[in-house]
Amino acid sequence: MTGTNLLSVADLGPDGIAEVLRLADRFVEVSSRPIPKVPALRGKTVASVFFEDSTRTRLSFETAARRLSADVLTFSAGSSSLNKGESLRDTVGTLEAMGVDALVVRHRSSGVPWQVARWARRAAVVNGGDGWHEHPTQALLDCYTVGVERRARGLRPGLSGLRVGIVGDVRHSRVARSDVLAFGALGAEVTLVAPPTLLPPSLDGWGVAVSHDLDSLLGELDVVYLLRLQRERMTEALLPSLREYTAEYGLTRRRAARLAPDTLVMHPGPVNRGVEVDSDVVDASVITHQVANGVAVRMAVLFWLLGAGSAAGAPPGPHEAADPAAVALPGGGSDDARALA
Amino acid sequence: MPERSPEPLVVRGGTVLDAGGSRRADVVVAGGVVVAVGSRVDPPPGAIELDATGCVVAPGLVDLHTHLREPGREEAETVETGARAAALGGYTAVVAMPNTDPAIDSAALVAAVRELGRRAPVEVAVAGAITVGREGTRLAPMAEMARLGVRLFTDDGRGVQDARLMRRALEYASGLGVTLAEHCEDEALAAGGQMHEGPWSSRLGIAGQPAEAEELMVMRDIALCRLTGARLHLLHLSTSGSLALLRAAKAGGLPITAEAAPHHFTLTDEAVASFDPVFKVNPPLRGAADVDALKFALADGTLDAIATDHAPHPAEAKELPFDEAPPGMLGLETALALALSELDCPIETVLSLLSWQPARIAGLTATQGGPVEPGRSANLCVIDPAARWTVDPDRSASRSRNTPYAGRELTGRVRHTVAAGEAVVVDGEALR
Repeated sequence: MTGTNLLSVADLGPDGIAEVLRLADRFVEVSSRPIPKVPALRGKTVASVFFEDSTRTRLSFETAARRLSADVLTFSAGSSSLNKGESLRDTVGTLEAMGVDALVVRHRSSGVPWQVARWARRAAVVNGGDGWHEHPTQALLDCYTVGVERRARGLRPGLSGLRVGIVGDVRHSRVARSDVLAFGALGAEVTLVAPPTLLPPSLDGWGVAVSHDLDSLLGELDVVYLLRLQRERMTEALLPSLREYTAEYGLTRRRAARLAPDTLVMHPGPVNRGVEVDSDVVDASVITHQVANGVAVRMAVLFWLLGAGSAAGAPPGPHEAADPAAVALPGGGSDDARALA
Repeated sequence: MPERSPEPLVVRGGTVLDAGGSRRADVVVAGGVVVAVGSRVDPPPGAIELDATGCVVAPGLVDLHTHLREPGREEAETVETGARAAALGGYTAVVAMPNTDPAIDSAALVAAVRELGRRAPVEVAVAGAITVGREGTRLAPMAEMARLGVRLFTDDGRGVQDARLMRRALEYASGLGVTLAEHCEDEALAAGGQMHEGPWSSRLGIAGQPAEAEELMVMRDIALCRLTGARLHLLHLSTSGSLALLRAAKAGGLPITAEAAPHHFTLTDEAVASFDPVFKVNPPLRGAADVDALKFALADGTLDAIATDHAPHPAEAKELPFDEAPPGMLGLETALALALSELDCPIETVLSLLSWQPARIAGLTATQGGPVEPGRSANLCVIDPAARWTVDPDRSASRSRNTPYAGRELTGRVRHTVAAGEAVVVDGEALR
């Protein structure tokens, strides 16, 4: 299975997610090497096109691309011609004219990666997070992290049947929307835990349960996924105060003590310590592991889109046969590749 | 209306259909008026022959809701290009909305747009703003605009938010014999909503505006209509709840009329899943149940008119991110065909919704909406109800291309349009 774009988790389906996660396993191993680099995408160019500040996601994608030996172009709105009135479409055209193979797009408006995908003639488009809508690579790395962390604890690594609580501002969260799709596709039972003002107006078709009472769920959850709370929500009459939010929905030390010992505490970052989660709970969480896994998962996504066997790579062939960690260089030898690796 | 002395013409072989019914007849037009209707007419020598075999010959269509963008947004549309698109769509009159830049909120601006309209291929009536600058704080000089012939006033694009001001506007308007037309949207509740609030907005992560943002203002305006007794027209109703309120208000005998736009009875909010801003419009595309309710209300007479809300935008504006792009869609060249293709009602009903009923609401019955009989202004459209065609944005006469129907196949096409006695569209081609 290969793709031309990764816009939504729904583009992958359960099999696609599983395949990306399998690839990620290989790339975790690459990242642990003394020289964490393979030539899989040598000659390819990946542009990170970030219209919204996001240092961590951008660095994660760029690191992933470099570890695959791709060239990296960085476009950020602050330093770009967008300030000179250039349209989004012209920006895409300009980058494509430079021979870019993949555009990793982040924008504060929902749907921009879909617009970019319509305009792009040959580059693959990766959604690096759009508005409140989706953040598919975050969801993939979250699924990956759950599997790895559970395996490390001697638990069944599959997500099927796991009880996942996603806590907080689901309404404005692209992470929540993608996680619901990904966790759901892999068979987890997801409960959204939030005051009604921080839930989307409709959950038709989401296949999730809803709770307004975190305390009643604590002992039952395999994963507690905390969402970041933006401070401006207080001014939109969605919440009376941060203090009240923390009292009702924060993962305080007292609440964390009631979690089962193997429950994973996750957060997409950046964390508001003391708001969504108490500081020492952060330190016992798997949040930094999520970040580390992010690089491997994004390597998997870029390889899936651009590597041997992908729609953009040549020659097409059965993808399962390609070993990304020792892939042959185009026109070169695999010995060379192993030497580099 | 253009003052010209067009050549005489005869519309041959069609079925004349107006509010009085239908009959096989040829129509002879000379000096801007219909001079004969019958099976054995005797056109003057040299009259232009317009073939109407298999076609319906109807009073020209009247659009209550056209954004011509002039002055201020000429890169999107001008009076001339918008009027040409109207003629191609079978319209012989359009009401130009006042949300221009500057807004049409004074006699001078009314006169300026009317002057532009004088050179246009179809009649251009001008709506005036209810409040100065459409800012919703002070009444615009409605009397001086009414003296120039303005019959509809609206702050369209926005509703008048202040109930007290709207009450006063209705009272003042009733003394002038003019109609206020309200864009029903409670801005506090709609707050930033870029599409209909529901399962799709939730899934797509786009801020929605609930149906209730429209319905609250419909409710308020019905109450103010009852309070003042003034005539009120409700623009582009889009929800089943609004229609229920309208139905009850009409049953209570209030002087209320209302329109619906073609996109609201042919498209749903699911279209936004493409994130293409061509599907962004205000009021937003609603759910399937609302579409069904609108179709029913058009067929049963609850709604009085189909109005396009023709809202041109240049390509670059519709290439912005969805939440930054301006709302609005083209409508003049597709409204009739959409109504004929999608509504489950006879062509007589479709034409009443597109021609004589809106002519009455706009106060244009002297020249528009028929009947087709000797002595009346010759504003006619000739429709081939069986013709199938595919919408091609690049063939639009509008300066803009933002139709949501690109590639859609429709049934029913305008063959000829005669405006003020002049053939302005012949065989689907605009002549001016």
